Amino acid sequence: MKMVVCVKRVPDTAESEVHIDASGKDIDKSRLSFGINECDNYAVEEAIQIKERLGEGTVTVISLGDKDSDEVIRMALAKGGDEAIRLEDEAFKGGDGLAVAKALAAAIKGLEYDIVFTGALADDDGYGVVPAALGELLGVPHATYVKKVEILEPGKRAKVGRELEGGLLEFLEIDLPCVLGIQTGINEPRYASFKGIKQAAKKEIAIKSAADLGLDASEVGEAGSWAVLEQFTPPVVGEMAEILEGEPDETAAKLAAILKEKGLV
Amino acid sequence: MKDIFVLMEHRRGEMRDVSVEMLCGAAKLGGTVVAVLLGKDVDAFAEKAAGYADKVLYVNDPLFENYNSEAYQKALSALIKEHGPGLLLIGNTAQGVDLAPALAVELGASLVTDITALEMDGDKPKPTRTFYGGKLDAHFAMKDADLYILTVREATFTAEEPSKSGEIVKVDNPVTEDISYRKFVEYVEPEVGEVDITQSAMLVGVGRGIREDKNLPVVEELAQALGADLAASRAVVDAGWLPADRQVGISGKTVKPKLYLAVGISGAFQHVTGMKGSEVIVAINKDPDAPIFGIADYGIVDDLFKVVPKLTEKIKELKGA
Ligand SMILES: Cc1cc2nc3c(=O)[nH]c(=O)nc-3n(C[C@H](O)[C@H](O)[C@H](O)COP(=O)(O)OP(=O)(O)OC[C@H]3O[C@@H](n4cnc5c(N)ncnc54)[C@H](O)[C@@H]3O)c2cc1C
Ligand SMILES: Nc1ncnc2c1ncn2[C@@H]1O[C@H](COP(=O)(O)O)[C@@H](O)[C@H]1O
Repeated sequence: MKMVVCVKRVPDTAESEVHIDASGKDIDKSRLSFGINECDNYAVEEAIQIKERLGEGTVTVISLGDKDSDEVIRMALAKGGDEAIRLEDEAFKGGDGLAVAKALAAAIKGLEYDIVFTGALADDDGYGVVPAALGELLGVPHATYVKKVEILEPGKRAKVGRELEGGLLEFLEIDLPCVLGIQTGINEPRYASFKGIKQAAKKEIAIKSAADLGLDASEVGEAGSWAVLEQFTPPVVGEMAEILEGEPDETAAKLAAILKEKGLV
Repeated sequence: MKDIFVLMEHRRGEMRDVSVEMLCGAAKLGGTVVAVLLGKDVDAFAEKAAGYADKVLYVNDPLFENYNSEAYQKALSALIKEHGPGLLLIGNTAQGVDLAPALAVELGASLVTDITALEMDGDKPKPTRTFYGGKLDAHFAMKDADLYILTVREATFTAEEPSKSGEIVKVDNPVTEDISYRKFVEYVEPEVGEVDITQSAMLVGVGRGIREDKNLPVVEELAQALGADLAASRAVVDAGWLPADRQVGISGKTVKPKLYLAVGISGAFQHVTGMKGSEVIVAINKDPDAPIFGIADYGIVDDLFKVVPKLTEKIKELKGA
């Protein structure tokens, strides 16, 4: 089975302050740490586990991004990926979900594949567009929010469980080739071994531009997007929490007193 | 203004709230609101939708008994080509996310997902959506398109009382192809654990801020002192630190305890959806910009490993007194 995994390098913003930059349309990324998009990490693991289970197959890693994305690609190679492609072009910049899917689809069309894995959702933009859009662009069926994958017949058919609201699983059978958008928690992503990391450092990453993929600059990036970002603003929140000030001793005492007053202690 | 289509979402005999919310939101945009209902023998939903829409397009067919995005896509694209709406609203749900991007590609339509607010500039939507896990709002302008598809986050619009009596128009199923390449098999319920957190009077919600499962005693002791049960964010469940039946949120449980004390939880909307109905919400988080403080009643901005043990101590003292 030939598998492709789409991985995105994203900033970790859960634990850091996010500052809007002077343009109003981007954030200051200079002090943020970056890594693989959370669900993409699970997607990489799923592809590698299927390869191991079947005892055959290849995993090709694809990322659209600048040179810094190599770090994320190499980590996926170190865990068991076989080949890698990176899509880089000025023309790809500023693309919305559909524009990114167009570029990825153009690259994947030139490959042989049974399953294309993506994550369910990018942690930065949160679009959740790529998996279903990619399926349509490639002309193959897709399923998103996938939390179980069972290969019924290699190269032919799979049974997948989609995670719905409330944790309900919807099982369906799907013909291969297909696109699966993987949800977090589907497996336990491994750590790369030292040997894997050393080997991955030597692997070649094929770089493709829009022209290499037969794409016109007007089809991709900001030019090829429907939605134009006008500006970022801090979110509108209702009433902010009353923040209890002081050293841990004091804040803990204040909170305990409030809970007592409310009859909760 | 061209018609506005709103897709009605339902599963196993229940219509999702977001469907009615979208109909109410659409009614304020101007233009004819058409509820599109695909299902098998869901006449009751057609009547409900008619209370909020100018027209209901109802396709009653066994193909739509259980959701299949391919079947939905084919039906919607046929109805859209026939009726030519200018705007289509779909819930940003597990169904909507599986459907909208593929439909947009097929129709060459404009798409913005997971919107949280909507203004119109004439016929053109100006949607707002969040970035970076809710830390920023992003305001979008749209390029000209024949059809705009928006997926709408729950609670973006407010459901109101029904005030219309739209005509229910039954239409033949436009889908004739075989779609066995994607076939529904079954639903499987999540496993039930020892503690039913939907019944707990008090919950201590644990997030990724706890770092490792070996740190769990810190929050366990607090929960014990309070007489609360432990709940968790998805990150904690994915890591295997607490079982799945403790997960609060969109893909977990909806809880409404008297007290929800969120420890090391950022407050992603997928989590907040499941606990915002709690009577008193307290958040302990070292990041002053964590979205959880936007919905909490009380907050402590500090390292949980410093505050929580102190809090446990103080509560024990108060209880002992
Ligand atoms: C389709 C879908 C469904 C989902 N369903 C759910 C769901 O049902 N429930 C759910 O919870 N999530 C759900 N999620 C995931 C959700 O988007 C978030 O990723 C998740 O809620 C994050 O969990 P967290 O807050 O524990 O972790 P993070 O977002 O990583 O936040 C950790 C927080 O801990 C704080 N912290 C770190 N160290 C300390 C310290 N020492 N002291 C104090 N604070 C500290 C940080 O400042 C940060 O705010 C879903 C996502 C998708 C795409
Ligand atoms: N720049 C990118 N490079 C590679 N894969 C991507 C990129 N952007 C998005 N994806 C994939 O598409 C998934 C969903 O992204 P999104 O539609 O942006 O939420 C991600 O989890 C990735 O697997």
